[in-house]
Parts: sequence; structure tokens; C-alpha cells
Amino acid sequence: MTAVSAQTDPYRPQVWRIVEKQMETADTATLALEPKDRANAMPFEPGQFNMLYAFGGGEVPISISGDPRETGRIIHTIRAVGSVTRPLIAHERGALVGLRGPFGAGWPVEAARGKDLLIIAGGLGLAPLRPAILDALHRRSAFQRIVILYGAKDPDSLLFLGDIADWRGRPDVGFDVTVDRAGQDWHGNIGVILRLIKAAHFDPANAVAFICGPEVMMRLAADELMARDLPQDSIYVSLERNMKCAFARCGHCQFGPHFVCKDGPVFRLDRIRALLQTPEI
Amino acid sequence: MLSADQVKPGAQAVLSRADFDHLITVLQAEGYDVIGPTVDNGAVVYQEIDNAGALPEGVASRQAAGRYRLEKRADNALFGYIAGAQSWRPYLFQPSRTVWRAEKSGDELSFTEPEEPAPKMAFLGMRACELAAIELQDRVFMNGDAPDPDYAARRSGALFIAVNCGEAGETCFCVSMDTGPKVTRGHDLVLTELIAPDAHDFLVEIETEAGAEIARKLPLRAAEPQEVGRADAILAETAQSMGRALDTNGLKEILQDNQDAPQWGDVAERCLSCANCTLVCPTCFCNTTEDVTALDGESAERRQRWASCFNLDFSYLHGGPVRPSVEARYRQWMTHKLAHWIDQFGDSGCVGCGRCISWCPASIDITEEAAALRRHAEEADNGEN
Repeated sequence: MTAVSAQTDPYRPQVWRIVEKQMETADTATLALEPKDRANAMPFEPGQFNMLYAFGGGEVPISISGDPRETGRIIHTIRAVGSVTRPLIAHERGALVGLRGPFGAGWPVEAARGKDLLIIAGGLGLAPLRPAILDALHRRSAFQRIVILYGAKDPDSLLFLGDIADWRGRPDVGFDVTVDRAGQDWHGNIGVILRLIKAAHFDPANAVAFICGPEVMMRLAADELMARDLPQDSIYVSLERNMKCAFARCGHCQFGPHFVCKDGPVFRLDRIRALLQTPEI
Repeated sequence: MLSADQVKPGAQAVLSRADFDHLITVLQAEGYDVIGPTVDNGAVVYQEIDNAGALPEGVASRQAAGRYRLEKRADNALFGYIAGAQSWRPYLFQPSRTVWRAEKSGDELSFTEPEEPAPKMAFLGMRACELAAIELQDRVFMNGDAPDPDYAARRSGALFIAVNCGEAGETCFCVSMDTGPKVTRGHDLVLTELIAPDAHDFLVEIETEAGAEIARKLPLRAAEPQEVGRADAILAETAQSMGRALDTNGLKEILQDNQDAPQWGDVAERCLSCANCTLVCPTCFCNTTEDVTALDGESAERRQRWASCFNLDFSYLHGGPVRPSVEARYRQWMTHKLAHWIDQFGDSGCVGCGRCISWCPASIDITEEAAALRRHAEEADNGEN
């Protein structure tokens, strides 16, 4: 028995190179990666994730934050919170990392075709939503309203400032942002994102919402949407759990009967709402 | 002696105790590492054995909640014990292994799997519940488009020689889980130990061609109808003497619909969260990875090892574990085992071997906890009506 080939060994990462690096905030960077071997470039769906390996540090699931139409490279936006993400974003341009993926079920952008599309992001939750936003804006006419609501801790933690300026300036996008706290130089909203949801323009009978952020924020945002008569089966959320393998085999990401890595990370709310409301699932 | 063309899948024959050593010799000659039961540190464990003398002859085991003791049998049965602490799981799904090594130098980063040939193993003495457990682990590790390479290599070369249970233990409930005591699938050969005052034989039933290849090299004689009848009678009596029972009727829904029941808090007051149940369970598959860097900083290794949902770091996300309470961790383990498994892999993750009961230092009994939850659910239903 010889070593299993890379094609069949699901644990073996491919080698990718960091070709661009941009600090989004003090602790968050966006990395553009290209495969060392061009043949390893792959398409992805908005909302999917990769397992990224920092040499010697370990591997973590990171959602893809780039444009799904931009083939040949993969964009990840990573916040340094642990022993793998810190070395990952400490890498300079040109550095090599390991990558396995893409994994998981993403945002069903097609389900919003002909409808209002609501994007509700909290903090780093904007990163996995960005591919869905870019995808929808590429074919803007396929949708009715597009509403993007973004909540962040403070003005310094806002991600994708270029995109924000673009979305804010577009007459065909309803964009609003709020922060939890800000200094006097902030002229925008201060407060929880729920207030933006209350005020948002959409047709609850003909809309689809994608929510990504901290779990408690997603729960409350979903409640607020339901209070506005958006049905549960029109609401999607993206969950985060500890993951080691990304193909339903290590057991870590279980969420009730679901494997977040394979059945998610994006779930339709009606399928997981009871679990979402149970503590410590 | 039976002729070679009589020894084929579906055939029954008899191997005498006096010739039992031949079985191990033949397996070794065919290139198998023979893994079988032997007594080590007061318990029956599965290890590589050289000859029939290593088998636990005349050994009985007595199990109860939180208790396991070996005793002497009145006879010289080779397989007269109840399945021991550890199943065959470590031989297929290794407790710890190197997944790959990474080398980094200059502008190079490469990954290489270790070139370790999988051992060719013959498992001797597998019980029906243990075969059922392997069938379940197959669904985890061999499913879909990305089978686990290490598990698949070990699994594909393995020969399974099963033994029908001659008696049931105090913590056994395979009948409830529909996995035993009769060996019905997954094996290559199955033996039933027949002990009479003047005879000691094994009824050998051949299931596969791989099993027949071994059997053809053994001094077998034809099985008498009364020997086959005695084997059936032994199995019927074993099935009647299960020490435990688990009512699985509607159990999946009871567990999944009662995640906030007070019973979880009750069991959490007793549970030490020690992870013993997950280590002895033959179907637990959770695992984690560790990355180790060499001191020169130029090579690193990824290791995979068994993990337990009872450990705090199992569910760790930045900020803390998702399941900080013992209550939530016990609930996760039991709900996964008895309910979510059915959604995930089509069957309960419990085979009724009873190990988690015997090896729980707090004597927690999964069948009692399930029954308590069922009573709670029924009371809740009555309250609503």
C-alpha cells in the first residue's frame, strides 16, 4: 500500500500563495490567494468556506469573501482571534499556505430571483455575505429591491470600505450601516441593527433574507424579520462551529442532527430554529 | 475431513478444540496479523496473539454498571467472556496517527502522507454487536467521495472471524438494538462454541469466499444436525438473557423533542465528564487534529487522534466552548448516539454492547437515562391532554 494520492486524500491541503494582502482593520486582513499549481484553481458558491492551513499552526475554516465570478483566485477575510488566524494574517505577500475546499452549502442566491433580497450582516459576518452581494449586483435586474444592512462594533471595525462606498452610492441598492458606539466624527446610525431592520423597505410576501453575524444577533434579526411577516422559510443564516475535517467526519461541528460543514454553514431558518433557540446546542 | 469443494460460502462444518491452533497457524501462514482476545491487567483485551494458548480459556467476565471483573468459568470455553473494555475500533480507526508531514523550505511547501503499509489483520472473536459497530463506522469513514484513506486501507484487508455469544452480560442489550446476539452479517466466518462433558468443538459457518479460503486449510468435519441445533439453542438462550433493555420505540423523537428536560440536569450531577463512555464505545468516531512543528521550524506534522464530545475544547470557538455545561455535553453525546445518528447515517449509533454502562465510573446507565427521559416525555404528553 503506497501513500494515497492527493486527489483521494481528503486531508491533504493544496499549496496556495498569498498574492495580495490588505489590512481591513487593526486585526482583520483580506488575503487574495492563487494556487501554486494553476490546475488547482476551483469555482465556489457564495457562502462556502475553505480550510486554511498556516504552516505548523494548524487549520481553520474561513469563509470565502471574494467575487464568485473571479476565477483563478480566492479571497479570504480573516480576523486574528486564535493560534491559526494570527499567523495566517501575519503572512506577507508571497507566502505559501495550505488550502482545502471549497466546502459546505452556501447562500441560495437563486432563491431570491425576482424577489427583494435582504442582506443583514453583523461584524465579520459581512465577509461570507460579500460573494452573495457581488453575485446579485452582477445581475442586478434579476432581483427587485436589494437591501444591505450592516452592523459593526465601531467605525474602525467596518470592513470593505471600498464596497461600502460603492453600495452607498448606488441608487439601486438600499444600504445602511450602524455601529454600537462611535466618536463625534461619526455621523451615521448608532445602535443595534434591529432598528435598521424595523425601518427597512421590503415586501415580506416577496423577499428572501440572508443573515450572518454572531449567533445572538442572527436570532434577534430573524425574530425582527418574522415580526415584519417575513416567513421563516425565506430566511437563511450562516452558522459557525469548531471544525477539523470539513466533511462530516470529525464530529466537532454538529448542530443537532446537522453537520455545519456539510449541511451548512448556510441553513434555512425553519430547519434549525428550534435548535437555534436551545442553549448550548 | 470435508473435501475442499464442500467448504464454500454457506457451508457449515465443525472444528474441534484440539485443532483450534490450526486456525491461528493458517491465518498467520496467509499473512495475517491475528488479533484476538487475551487477558491483560484483569480485563479481556484484543491484541495480536501467536497461538490459541493466549486466548482467555476458562475466563468469565461479570459486568454491571461501573463494574467489570474477570472470574473463572466452570468449563474451558475460549470465548466464554462478555466483550471487554475496548472493541476492534482502534485497529481500524487508530487512536492516533500521522495524517501528513509538511515541509517548508524557501519558496516550497509540500505535504506528504506517511508511507506505512496498512497491516493485514484477521480479527478473531468478534461479537455480533461489534460487527454492527464496524458497519456503522464504515458509513462514517467510507462514505461519499472521500473515504478516509487510513481506515479504508485497514478495513479492506481485514478478515473477520466472529463468535456467537454463548451468554449475555449484565449490561448487554443487543437484542433491543437489533444487532445480536446472532452474527448475521459483516463476517467472513462465524464460530459457535459447543461444549459438552465429553466434547469441545466449534461450529464453523462460512460466509464469504475469503473465509472459505481459510476454512479449506482447516481439519474440518461435517456438522451434525444436532450440533447446528445446539448452536441455535445457545443463541436463543443468550437472546433471552439480556441484562438490559432499551425501548427504542419513538426514542429519536423523545430525545430530539426534549432537549430542555430536567433529566439532563439530573444526569449532569452524576456525570464526571470523563469521556470514558466515548473511549469504550465501538461507534464513537469523533476525532481532532494536532499540529506539531519540528524544532528547526522546517517541517511540521499533522496528527489525528480520538476526541470526545465530553471535553470542553471539543466545541471551542473563539470566545469559549459552545457547550460549557456537563449537562449540554451529556445531552449531546446521548442525543447524538441514539437520535441524530439516525438522521446522519440511517441507524442508531448504539449497538447495545453495554460498554458505556460497565466503564462509567459513576455507574450512569444509558438505558436508565433513556427510560427516565421517556417517562418525562410521557408525563409531559399526559399533562397536555
